[in-house]
Amino acid sequence: MDAQARSAAPVWHPPRLIENRWLRIGIAAAVVGYLWLALSSVDVDWTRVVEGMARAARLFAGFLQPDFTSRWSDIQQGLIESLTMTVCATVFGVILALPIGLGAARNLAPWWLYGICRAVIALARSFQEIIVAILFVAMFGFGTFAGFLTLSLSTIGFLSKLIADDIEEIDPAQVEAIRATGGGFWQVIDFAVASQVTPRLVGLTAYQVDINFRESSVIGIVGAGGIGATLNTALDRYEFDSAAAILLIIIGIVMLCEYASGWIRKRVA
Amino acid sequence: MAVTIGADGAQHWRRLTPGEQRWRWFGWFALVVLAVLCWRIMTADTIWAFVEDAPRQAADIFGRMLPPRWSYADRLWKPLWDTLNIATLGTLIAIVIATPLGFLAARNTTPSVAFVRPLALFVIVGSRSINALIWGLLLVAVLGPGVLAGIIAIALRSIGFIGKLLYEAIEEIDDTQVEAIRATGAGPGQVISYGIWPQILPAFATIAVFRWDINIRESTVLGLVGAGGIGLALESSLNTLAWPQVSLILLMILSTVVVSEWITAKVRRAII
Repeated sequence: MDAQARSAAPVWHPPRLIENRWLRIGIAAAVVGYLWLALSSVDVDWTRVVEGMARAARLFAGFLQPDFTSRWSDIQQGLIESLTMTVCATVFGVILALPIGLGAARNLAPWWLYGICRAVIALARSFQEIIVAILFVAMFGFGTFAGFLTLSLSTIGFLSKLIADDIEEIDPAQVEAIRATGGGFWQVIDFAVASQVTPRLVGLTAYQVDINFRESSVIGIVGAGGIGATLNTALDRYEFDSAAAILLIIIGIVMLCEYASGWIRKRVA
Repeated sequence: MAVTIGADGAQHWRRLTPGEQRWRWFGWFALVVLAVLCWRIMTADTIWAFVEDAPRQAADIFGRMLPPRWSYADRLWKPLWDTLNIATLGTLIAIVIATPLGFLAARNTTPSVAFVRPLALFVIVGSRSINALIWGLLLVAVLGPGVLAGIIAIALRSIGFIGKLLYEAIEEIDDTQVEAIRATGAGPGQVISYGIWPQILPAFATIAVFRWDINIRESTVLGLVGAGGIGLALESSLNTLAWPQVSLILLMILSTVVVSEWITAKVRRAII
């Protein structure tokens, strides 16, 4: 400000994000210092990178000429595992997520049930799928069952939280109205809560199918079945043309899921 | 909604007409058939003896995990630092690439709706539909194991996310301000820096911080495919069945995620 007053022709400059000059300089210095530290701790093996460029070229060539045929039976097996896992986990997850979501809604549940359900949700959300999959594989052995449980747990974590938040935001007048007619607990849920929440619920479930398929393509890497295992094997053998085929299939199905869930959400919401 | 008149002349209210009800019943039936079918295919190879044994296995594993081997923490600080760097540098690279991409993809700032926009959208969708772990697998195969592969994997995955949210924010800006700047005779660069950028700055900052938070989570497991960070320690502890080390690593990951969530919440409150 005083600098402006001193100069003969005042120059306008846009308002700064942080007004305090020293704080601004301090933050900038800290950022530069961090970047310097971080970048210097990244050690790159350049000979290995140069060696890898040939592989990158082959990977790229693989994308231009994906090989669907020579590993087709493996790919098919992986796809069936991924898809069935996705369907089962979504159905099972939704069935469990509904009561938990109801219990975690402040306006419907007594405080002790609210506490328990919110704790279950927090627990289900705290670790990412890969880590849960590792633990489940250790408990249930390799294969789709561990993957199914992993995806079910993440479905519970995601859906129950959103359902609960949704139920907390419903119009209480309708609940009052049904209660005033002498409706019991289930009638209140059916006519006052469900009818307000259902469109969002259907949309969220469609979205969850999408998420579960994406995850099912990854958890195979740690042994929980699905297309991820096939992809991992293909990359371990440096069979980039098969890997490219698998990736293209995954991208295709994800896009299909995304369009389908978008279409469903637009229709119900 | 349907109102039918019964034999006694009284009106009966029902939520659905009989036709709607039939369709709904059919839909549910199809869903149940699909679920049962998938369940049967999925569990065809499941060895149920292992599943029945699982509670005992779980008790066994958790018994081995406790207490965590605290002395192992000394060897975790470096991988943890690497994990933070993977997330932060990956996010920074993604921001640098995704910002121009967002401008190219937004309907109101793209140089060409017919040609450039679809291309930018394709890059965004392609980046989004592949998980960071799969990017990690690919990059480890190409670049060799290490932090660099992790940083690039995180960056490639984040470009689509940041680009998508950014171009949606750009499309929602107030056009009158852009018009006003243009009316003063400003060039394209000035229009962007004075007319558009100030409007999307809050959204931009929120998106960047939000993605950083997600990336902290994702970078903790990237080591499982060899892309550096604390996941590497997790992988080696799992392979040697060193469960007390595994539990310590899981605790560390959990606390890192909690801290990053706290920072994100703080920053967001400061911006909004």
